[in-house]
Amino acid sequence: MEQVFGRPKALSEKRLHYCPGCTHGIIHRLVAEAIDDLGIQDKTIGVAPVGCAVLAYDYFNLDFQQAAHGRAPAVATGIKRVLPDRFVFTYQGDGDLASIGMAEIVHAAARGEKITVIFINNAIYGMTGGQMAPTSLPGQKTTTSPYGRDINTVGYPIRVAEMLTTLDGPAYISRVSVHDPKHINKAKEAIRKAFEVQIQGLGFSLVEVLSTCPTNWGLSPREALKWLEENMIPYYPLGVFKSPEEVSKVGA
Amino acid sequence: MAERVMMKGNEAVAEGAIRAGCRYFFGYPITPQNEVPEYMSRRLPKIGGVFIQAESEVSAINMVYGAGGAGGRAMTSSSSPGISLKQEGISYIATAEVPCVIVNMARGGPGLGGLTPSQSDYFQAVKGGGHGDYHLIVLAPWSVQEMVDLVGLAFDLADKYRNPAMILGDAILGQMMEPVTFKSEPIDPKDLPAKPWATVGLSGERKPNLINSLGLLPEHLESINLRLQEKYKKIAENEVRFEGTDVDDADLVVVAYGTTSRVAKSAIDQARKDGKKVGLFRPITLWPFPTKQIQELAAAGKRFLVVEMSAGQMVEDVRLAVNGEASVEFFGKLNGAIPTVEEVYREIMSRF
Amino acid sequence: MELDAIFAGFGGQGVMLMGQLIAYGGMHAGLNVSWFPSYGPEMRGGTANCSVVLSDGVVGSPVVARPQVLVAMNKPSLEKFEAKVKPGGFIFYNASLIDTKPTRTDVYVVPVHANEIAAELGNDKVGNMVMLGAILAATEILSVDDIMVSLKKILPERRHHLLPLNEQAIRRGMEVVTAM
Repeated sequence: MEQVFGRPKALSEKRLHYCPGCTHGIIHRLVAEAIDDLGIQDKTIGVAPVGCAVLAYDYFNLDFQQAAHGRAPAVATGIKRVLPDRFVFTYQGDGDLASIGMAEIVHAAARGEKITVIFINNAIYGMTGGQMAPTSLPGQKTTTSPYGRDINTVGYPIRVAEMLTTLDGPAYISRVSVHDPKHINKAKEAIRKAFEVQIQGLGFSLVEVLSTCPTNWGLSPREALKWLEENMIPYYPLGVFKSPEEVSKVGA
Repeated sequence: MAERVMMKGNEAVAEGAIRAGCRYFFGYPITPQNEVPEYMSRRLPKIGGVFIQAESEVSAINMVYGAGGAGGRAMTSSSSPGISLKQEGISYIATAEVPCVIVNMARGGPGLGGLTPSQSDYFQAVKGGGHGDYHLIVLAPWSVQEMVDLVGLAFDLADKYRNPAMILGDAILGQMMEPVTFKSEPIDPKDLPAKPWATVGLSGERKPNLINSLGLLPEHLESINLRLQEKYKKIAENEVRFEGTDVDDADLVVVAYGTTSRVAKSAIDQARKDGKKVGLFRPITLWPFPTKQIQELAAAGKRFLVVEMSAGQMVEDVRLAVNGEASVEFFGKLNGAIPTVEEVYREIMSRF
Repeated sequence: MELDAIFAGFGGQGVMLMGQLIAYGGMHAGLNVSWFPSYGPEMRGGTANCSVVLSDGVVGSPVVARPQVLVAMNKPSLEKFEAKVKPGGFIFYNASLIDTKPTRTDVYVVPVHANEIAAELGNDKVGNMVMLGAILAATEILSVDDIMVSLKKILPERRHHLLPLNEQAIRRGMEVVTAM
């Protein structure tokens, strides 16, 4: 019998530790599928962040380095410069990338470092218990903004994809969401495209993935998907912000 | 014999690294070590290497972590405040057991401090420096020649033990010029032993390689620490290096390293001419520290005078080694100026 | 044999090069040598100095606190270092720019009109070489050949046409001393 659906080779057998309804699992799968599709498992090195995805190295069947909080783009830079023919990606959350690691991501992008960044934006610090993130929405209640994010005292959320698009270094930047199957398919396309950009040596690529955190948002998984759609997408519009014209399909 | 060439210490440590097969350098400008990144930026692109001026000290050390983890001989250099910034990365690198070399051309602290030469980063270098129980292999050159010799050794020891190694110099050793001889042929990185643990892409039948310092389960973290401590014991047993001059018949042994040991040497030569039985004991590895050798000197009835450009840091390790069996005195300068030969001479003479 | 020297002056007067040439020359003569510059913000104020040690033994401290030889190319340098020169040592000072004589009586004082002599030679930049010539003649520490071999090494090839002029400047500086 023909097998039409199974575990991607690039994912390990390890059971995920993520909370029920968390979309990390979906995004892990999309990354692994893109690696399988492109046939690059043997040349891929991943860099794990600090945050909920700290154990990402357990879930991928790939060589991995685990980076300090926010430093994944610098670590990926070191790897890629030693092994320019390999495929190197980081997987980072919003606290990791857009707060403590802002310098690293901006400069890796500005250098046009030939790495790919999968940036998970769920508008909150997940692992540490739901504190305010640089991407938390105005008015959003978190454990460190218990009265709602007050823009008069803590300022505004950062739109990472748009900000990095102002730089000349990046080759591909897009924002996608995983709140329903249609958007998941689009996210898969975007991730694959970002990977192809690196494989073709076109420059820095980043996909910002709007993601849920039902546990820390205090919502059911289904409500969380709806909250993402109704609150995050208006603030963080989806789309391709930057794309090289010459990128063509590669791989199997 | 190979030709003698005049080089600054900063340039010599860079050239020495390149000759040791280092092809990846990541750094950030800070006085008084700027000639290191400048030299690397000139040379590395011409020999298939990579130089990146990182956006910060923090990024530079994390690039080293990535490059070392991917199997390259990688290095960064900085000076005291910059080394403080790198400590997080150094702790990760030590725990993930990534070989690399870190150069500290130390300057006076604390805080922003100044630009004068200093040895007040001794504790930071030899006791760990960042969070957790770990050690760097710390080598202390006393000349521009030793910059070359010890940076090569640093890379070899780093690879041998999968441990970060530090060259602890100071502003004088970085800025001064002296004749240097390159004794051995440059190493082609291709000829270095393979690193089967490196993250280079999953090939063949092996399991994924992982460069990691996380141990979430208590027993896992404990096993990481036990493994590290076991390794440190082995390094301490096998890699102690030091130099003793006029120590055998000495009543008083001056213990000093780096720039200070040069000053001490001149002062000791003067005192010897005056008939004083004084010798120099110069640790070359600051970690592992030559504890046993100092113990033996104490047991042989010698007294000690420790000279440092600090408020007294290495003197603590000398006291631990001596363990109350001999008198250990201290003379230090607090980063305003280096001790002069006359000062150290007076300190020696006042003890006879 | 050991020689400790301090070279000091304005940035642009070539004091670092003077020190380096003595150090290179010492190396050429088979001695152990060290050269240590002022660096960092110290350089920003427009003054520069370097310490040079030549020795047939091991060079101890490369930082010279009490020089045998002081070369002062401008007035602030003379003021800063005059008192530190060892008795019996030398003070070479640029009499073109320094209008007050050193007050020390326990050292050899050698005034050199470095700027005027350089101007006579047609190149304002060789004042340091004139000074160097005076040092060679007075201390007899190194030969002109030691310096010229070193200069050839330090100067980039495209500047080698300046070697004869530099040698001329050194010899003029030597004459200053022999005429004293």
